[in-house]
Amino acid sequence: MEFNMDYLMISGIQHFVFCPRQWALIHIEQIWKDNVKTFKGHKFHEKVDDPYVFEKRGERIISRSIPLISHELSLVGVSDCIEFYVRNDNLGVKIKGREGSYDVIPIEYKVGDIKDDESDISQLCVQAICLEEMFDTKIKKGYFYYGKLRRRVEVEFTEELRKNVKELAKKMKYYFDNGVTPKACYKKHCVSCSLYDICLPKLNRSYTKVKNYIDSYWISGS
Amino acid sequence: MILIGYQGASTKLMAMCAEKNIGMSFCTPYGKFLCRVQGKVSGNILLRKKQYRISDDEYKSCLIAKNFIIGKLINYRNVLNRFKRDYADKFNKNVKKSIEYLSDTIKSVSKCEDLDNLRGLEGIGSKFYFEVFNELILINDESFRFDSRNRRPPLDRVNALLSFVYVLLSHDMASSLESVGLDPQAGFLHRDRPGRNGLALDMMEELRPYLCDRFVLKLINTKVIKHNDFIVKENGSVLMLEDARKSVLTAWQKRKKDIIKHPFLGEKIEIGLIPYVQSLLLARYLRGDLEEYPPYLMK
Repeated sequence: MEFNMDYLMISGIQHFVFCPRQWALIHIEQIWKDNVKTFKGHKFHEKVDDPYVFEKRGERIISRSIPLISHELSLVGVSDCIEFYVRNDNLGVKIKGREGSYDVIPIEYKVGDIKDDESDISQLCVQAICLEEMFDTKIKKGYFYYGKLRRRVEVEFTEELRKNVKELAKKMKYYFDNGVTPKACYKKHCVSCSLYDICLPKLNRSYTKVKNYIDSYWISGS
Repeated sequence: MILIGYQGASTKLMAMCAEKNIGMSFCTPYGKFLCRVQGKVSGNILLRKKQYRISDDEYKSCLIAKNFIIGKLINYRNVLNRFKRDYADKFNKNVKKSIEYLSDTIKSVSKCEDLDNLRGLEGIGSKFYFEVFNELILINDESFRFDSRNRRPPLDRVNALLSFVYVLLSHDMASSLESVGLDPQAGFLHRDRPGRNGLALDMMEELRPYLCDRFVLKLINTKVIKHNDFIVKENGSVLMLEDARKSVLTAWQKRKKDIIKHPFLGEKIEIGLIPYVQSLLLARYLRGDLEEYPPYLMK
């Protein structure tokens, strides 16, 4: 299949769930700014994202930084880590240059803690959909490894979750194709966003009508 | 970062500045721009194209440029009003009249829908302001007498100072516009001319009275700059001496660190960030987040 340059980044989906405007600022307006949190994230990932490391632990093959694509969702990206579990039957996927049949399990590393929203889960689910498309298989679950918890957390890819992420991918594509950056809408979570100073989330509050602002300055000062 | 007078900088420092999105301008000892170290083209093509489309449309350009000029005239007036508050004894009829004329001009600007008229009104407003600018110079020294605005070359010390400080602001303005992804050359009020940073000049209009003029007045009135900080050439043109330029730069850098409350956003920022915040607000307006561009208005 022909590679379409309009494919969006898988990693964007977690931004999109957190805030569609944050996603648009990064992916449409091409703005990025680090804060302490994002910097920690980069440092954390430097350790796990080495594509040239090969690991085999018993019945598992561990592969890092595998490029992913889904033509159905028009998304591309890179997986942190994928584990291939050996199966005794022949119902799993085949791996190039290896014997046997395997189950495919995507694993994502997160520096922090489990989040309240579905941003992380959506990202992992998209990865699973990509892998299903690439390996022609079905993936029931994946894992997060949370740096703060120091353990794995299982995620099940339910039909509902799949439906949700497909919907999200469609919305992202719509915004992107039309160059639309959703308007700012101030919420509690804004204070933790590294783009706060660029987004100016309080812009659209009613008292900041520009006309009133200018009038108040020139009429009062006369 | 502005490097004046053939300063050296290592490639490592330049790379770091490019990475961190810090603009670096190299200038001659007289502040003439030579070159800039700049990272990747920032921001997005959709924003820049929108800027070009509006820039090509005189009517739409006027609607934006109007707010630059309204901002400038309001700030002119507020510089004079501030003087009235601080030096009630020195406040005279001329300044009072100027304030009234400026108010009338602002009224006309707010109804203006034509770029040429707007430029005319800007000229009239500036005339009212600079006519009384000399009244704001409080030291008793004839060498700091100001008659009218002139440049290329400046013919008196005050004009030499103003020109120099305007250049400093224009560098900050151009880098700020670039860092939010706008093209500093494609202006709305200042039409395209190769080599001219039209949009940076546009955006400076409202900031000159607050950031530059008051700063220059303070340098003179507090005697940071003295009459022997200049040389007067045979043809009457006035040049600043090296040490004076350094003092101005030091004071300018220091002032940038002062914290103010942004009048529109209501958030505390360093004065040095004003050009950046205004660039951001312009970008936000162009991208449709705001119904108008909010100029920076001083209290």
